[in-house]
Amino acid sequence: MTRVAVVRFPGSNCEPEACRAVERAGGEAFYVWHRDKSLEGADAVILPGGFSYGDYLRSGAIARMSPVMDAIRAHAAAGAPVLGICNGFQILCEAGLLPGALTRNAGLRYLSRPVDVRIERTTTPFTAEYRPGEVIRIPVGHGEGRFTASDDELDRLESEGQVVLRYADAGGGDYPSNPNGSARAIAAVCNREGNVVGMMPHPERLAEPVLGSDAGHRVFTSLIHHLIAEPSGR
Amino acid sequence: MTWRVHVRILPRAGLLDPQGQAVEHALSALHFPEASNVHVGKAIALDVAAPSAAAAEASVRAMCEKLLANPVTEDYEIAVESGGRA
Repeated sequence: MTRVAVVRFPGSNCEPEACRAVERAGGEAFYVWHRDKSLEGADAVILPGGFSYGDYLRSGAIARMSPVMDAIRAHAAAGAPVLGICNGFQILCEAGLLPGALTRNAGLRYLSRPVDVRIERTTTPFTAEYRPGEVIRIPVGHGEGRFTASDDELDRLESEGQVVLRYADAGGGDYPSNPNGSARAIAAVCNREGNVVGMMPHPERLAEPVLGSDAGHRVFTSLIHHLIAEPSGR
Repeated sequence: MTWRVHVRILPRAGLLDPQGQAVEHALSALHFPEASNVHVGKAIALDVAAPSAAAAEASVRAMCEKLLANPVTEDYEIAVESGGRA
């Protein structure tokens, strides 16, 4: 059984959904407290959404100092999968494990609604079971989700294929694309190696048909099948 | 000695500052057309134990780089109040 650690920080609030999505995909999920120094032999780690430390100073700025972050850093350096969702993405950026930063939404409003995102990169442990260019509709819930980086960094991310998801317009015009004003409509990025991924939308919130769609489910089946095919050996 | 240090953090020049824009629009609506180029940031004040004002500033600069400011999106200025207290 593949084992996935879901890290709880003070103020995390999406961890039960993350566990459930992992379990529905066939993995075993368990919580790790942010003060723990070990990931207890996990094959993969998820940093869930929420408002760690009340978003004080900047979203994710305090959480990245948590004791568990050293273990996550080592896990990432070993090439094992790490996924940050929403606040988890903000924490990974603050920790320097992902490039860029997430800043206040251009419209200044907290956004809680579905968005359309296009799968830009399928060679990550979290997107392998989507088709390149496929557009899926999953929810966002954030006040600080506007991806920002210098123009040079953005050019580098584009040329090295580190853009994983981009806000898109699926047609129909229900929702404006790029709702938070992210640079180049970037909704998710990965590190150079592709094993660390951060995304603002919440695939775990729409991962089973009873909710009306399971568009996010394949993020988790991608992970579980990746781990079965390439056991980390830890 | 202990120094009172003030850090002023602002969104990096040239980056979109939606809060600054919103405040600028509000000022305009309140008939302050003379206000422009508005930016909203944050101020942090702290006491720093250091042998000199220069050492206090260097110490706070390191704090800014590691925590107080985000090097991707923010610029900061440090002001050390004169007269360290023993």
